[in-house]
Amino acid sequence: MNDYDLYDKNTQAIIYGSQVNAVQRMLDFDYLCGREKPSVAAIVNPNRESLVKVFFSQHEIMVPEYKSLEKAAAEHPEAHVMINFSSFRSAFATSKEALETDSIKVVVIIAEGIPERDTRKLIALAKKNGKTIVGPATVGGIKAGGFKIGNTAGKIDNIIASKLFRPGSVGVVSKSGGLSNEIYNIVALNADGINEGVAIGGDRWPGSDYLDHLLRYETNPDIKFMVALGEIGGRDEYEIIDAIKAKKITKPLIMWVSGTCAKMFSSGVQFGHAGAASGADEESAQAKNQALREAGVIVPNSFDDFGEKVKETYERLKAEGAIKEEELPSVPKFPVPLKEALSTGMVRKPTSFTCTISDDRGDEPVYAGYTISEILEKGWGIGDVISLLWFKRPLPEFATKFFELVIVVSADHGPAVSGAHNATVTARAGKDMVSALASGLLTIGPRFGGAINDAAIYFKEAVDRGLTAKEFVTEMKDKGINIPGIGHRVKSVQNPDKRVEILSDYAKKNFPSTEYLDFARKVEALTTEKRNNLILNVDGCIAVVFLDLLASGNVFSESESREIVKLGYLNGFFVVARSIGMIGHIMDQYRLKKGLYRHPTDDILYDVQKMD
Amino acid sequence: MAQRGIREWDAKRLIVDNIDFPLTHDMALIRPHSDIDEIRKEHSFLSGKLVAKPDMLVGKRGKHNLVLLNKDFDECVEWVKKKRSGPVRIGPAKGELTHFLIEPFVPHEQEYYVAIQAERDADVIFISDQGGVDVEANWDKVKEIRVPVDELLKEEQVLEVLKQPVIAKFAAALHKVFADLDFVYLEINPIVLVGDKVHMLDMVAKLDDTAAYRSKEKWDGVAFPAAFGSTTTPEERYINELDSKTGASLKLKVLNPEGRVWTMVAGGGASVVYADTIVDLGFGEEMANYGEYSGDPNQELTYEYAKTVLDLMTRHPGKPKVLLIGGGIANFTDVAKTFTGIIMALKDYREKLIENQVSIFVRRGGPNYKEGLERMEDTGKVLGVPVHVYGPETHMTRIISMALGG
Repeated sequence: MNDYDLYDKNTQAIIYGSQVNAVQRMLDFDYLCGREKPSVAAIVNPNRESLVKVFFSQHEIMVPEYKSLEKAAAEHPEAHVMINFSSFRSAFATSKEALETDSIKVVVIIAEGIPERDTRKLIALAKKNGKTIVGPATVGGIKAGGFKIGNTAGKIDNIIASKLFRPGSVGVVSKSGGLSNEIYNIVALNADGINEGVAIGGDRWPGSDYLDHLLRYETNPDIKFMVALGEIGGRDEYEIIDAIKAKKITKPLIMWVSGTCAKMFSSGVQFGHAGAASGADEESAQAKNQALREAGVIVPNSFDDFGEKVKETYERLKAEGAIKEEELPSVPKFPVPLKEALSTGMVRKPTSFTCTISDDRGDEPVYAGYTISEILEKGWGIGDVISLLWFKRPLPEFATKFFELVIVVSADHGPAVSGAHNATVTARAGKDMVSALASGLLTIGPRFGGAINDAAIYFKEAVDRGLTAKEFVTEMKDKGINIPGIGHRVKSVQNPDKRVEILSDYAKKNFPSTEYLDFARKVEALTTEKRNNLILNVDGCIAVVFLDLLASGNVFSESESREIVKLGYLNGFFVVARSIGMIGHIMDQYRLKKGLYRHPTDDILYDVQKMD
Repeated sequence: MAQRGIREWDAKRLIVDNIDFPLTHDMALIRPHSDIDEIRKEHSFLSGKLVAKPDMLVGKRGKHNLVLLNKDFDECVEWVKKKRSGPVRIGPAKGELTHFLIEPFVPHEQEYYVAIQAERDADVIFISDQGGVDVEANWDKVKEIRVPVDELLKEEQVLEVLKQPVIAKFAAALHKVFADLDFVYLEINPIVLVGDKVHMLDMVAKLDDTAAYRSKEKWDGVAFPAAFGSTTTPEERYINELDSKTGASLKLKVLNPEGRVWTMVAGGGASVVYADTIVDLGFGEEMANYGEYSGDPNQELTYEYAKTVLDLMTRHPGKPKVLLIGGGIANFTDVAKTFTGIIMALKDYREKLIENQVSIFVRRGGPNYKEGLERMEDTGKVLGVPVHVYGPETHMTRIISMALGG
């Protein structure tokens, strides 16, 4: 790297702060410039250590993220620039650490609002250690075609428009970050673009000031003339004038000091930058512009004709042969980030997933078109939420109350049934709640709980085909299939299942029609003739009442009803309901601090073949 | 956020409370609504001979006949009443005197001068045994001691240039307070000795308000009054309040509420350049406000900021007005996003904008500027308000001459 450069085409930086967008913008610039290595070596993020994915050209690379600068610097000793995005509260400590790190030579401080005394201490430290500070309160700087600090110069379209992807002949210094970008554009429109530009920041005490950079530009043979934008307040311009008088600056300099309007304000106004306050008369913009003009600096009449002065100077140097116009290199085709292209409607993209029941992208979740606020306002309950999320429509009250009734009666059936038992054994083995619940739920199937769905399938088919109860029972017997939903291990005609009574009473009272329930009762009458425990059980009852629900009113079409039964919706009710009970049993075991369960061997018949 | 002047009363209080030096200082501050009898009861020194002067960041009070010397408290109260009875002109500024400092009158002979100024690489201590009103005339007698930023002034250093042990000890202790409390400027002129007791007769001080986050407790409720004559309007206070709550920057100063030229410019640097150009083109008297928004303010903040400006600019219908929504080429601010807040405000003020014959000129570049400009243009069409938009291909300040017919 040349002495007069702070960074160049091979420079790598460490970024302090989780600033993935800034890193991406730096790497996009790198790609446009044809850099071989990305300009970011590592990120320091005190909260996390990981690998951050960013694009370098068309492809993604991983930038390592470390928790401390110490580690980042140790792993990447070649990175000599640190770009510090920490807040004004912590920027002093982090910048100090960087200035004390041997491998770091340039520290860029982005934060605005660092106490002046802290900045001054950093400046003293930098001087002692022979290092350079850019900032504070800056967006950074840019070496055209080489290295870009953070968010400087914005996005790709601007970098191309302002010809920043390859070096021109002009060196720029300004305080303001926003205006520096403006001036890069002015220089590109009126000359061959910048070679380097720095925004030194709007604070009273910039870590490096105008003169530091102008003197670097003076020794850089590729820079043919310089442009600077000064500001009301401070005495930096007089230092420049002294340097011109001492022949330390000999290249043409175009400079304008803004703040000439201050004369309109009767009392002192604090402009946008902390350093921009009208102090003594000689710190006024008029006085400084006048002094610069007298020292031979090219001073425009106002910001309005800045561009003309740049053009005049450029044309003059070209005529003198000092500048040779070179053709712009071609810019590689730059891939548009997908998100951006989508937002501007440039591209369309097929989706991989589809969702037709809910939408979480707005202010609040929406279930099948109803916001949760609306749902609560209407006083809807869990039965209505099931209607919306499972059936994509609100269902009449007789239906939603039925869902809730099913949940209540099916929520638990004691600790002995296989699902609760499995959940209990798993919980006692020391597994977490979700594992224990899953173990219990996995028991649900054709013999436990799952009978509801099978019952619905057979009863629906029978009724829809117009079979009589007798024909149905006979057919099933001929096929050798036990009718799902018929039969109970304990209950019988004399000792009826209370749950079945509750559900069928409800249906009789509230449903417009109970055709399927009536059919099932006829089947039950036939089967209980054979054995008195072949009653309509709770699974069968839920199934047939649900079939009545599907057939009621004009809520579901026939094909929808068939699909609902086929897809296994009914098992869903059992899973939801019984999860409540299983979680209860699991928590019960935890509360009781029950240890590992081992089944007694005397309860097992060991009948293992003996070898001779 | 920058260097801010504080009242003499606050400055002296902070020094007395924090200095490692035997120092007491009698003083009373008369505020606009102070109860004179309460003040009289609270301070026993008021029974003696006194000095009275306004305490509101006004310089050269002696020359402006604003110091009352060697009077009793009743005379001081009379004088204060007279001084605050109406607006006063001091130099170019005109305003009302509201705060007065009352201190004991201290007869003395020798006057010393001590000042500390924060510079880039050092705190510079200025010290002289020929202080008083003529210190500037005797500036060649003022000694300068440069203390590097991470060091403190030592008594011996002072004694080398001024052989007065009490003043030397005091100056060293004063510099420690200066450094600890984030002062950036402090001038005591004169400082006098009565026996071995130090009296700080007149003082000017500035604090660095960016240090507020860590020095608030040490500053103990210090106030940052506006410059004399610059009253803050409720709208300016509102924007100040928004500004203090965010990492972004929002500033507003109303210059001429009935002016024709209003600005809403993004960026601390660009906003000054816009104001310059308006003045250069001869419209200084018509320039209604100075202000800026920057640092990627969110939609809500730009909406509030824009509403405040639009409300101010539509209060005095009459001559047609222009609104310049200007700015440079943003580095990282999403232009379309910040415009969304402004567009919302424009919609709110549609009728008033039409009633006030407002035409709007927009110039901006940066991320998503095309989309932002398109939306501005569309908004103009929908609202029936003339909106002219320009991007980076147009010189930043050109819209000013376009708008003002220059």
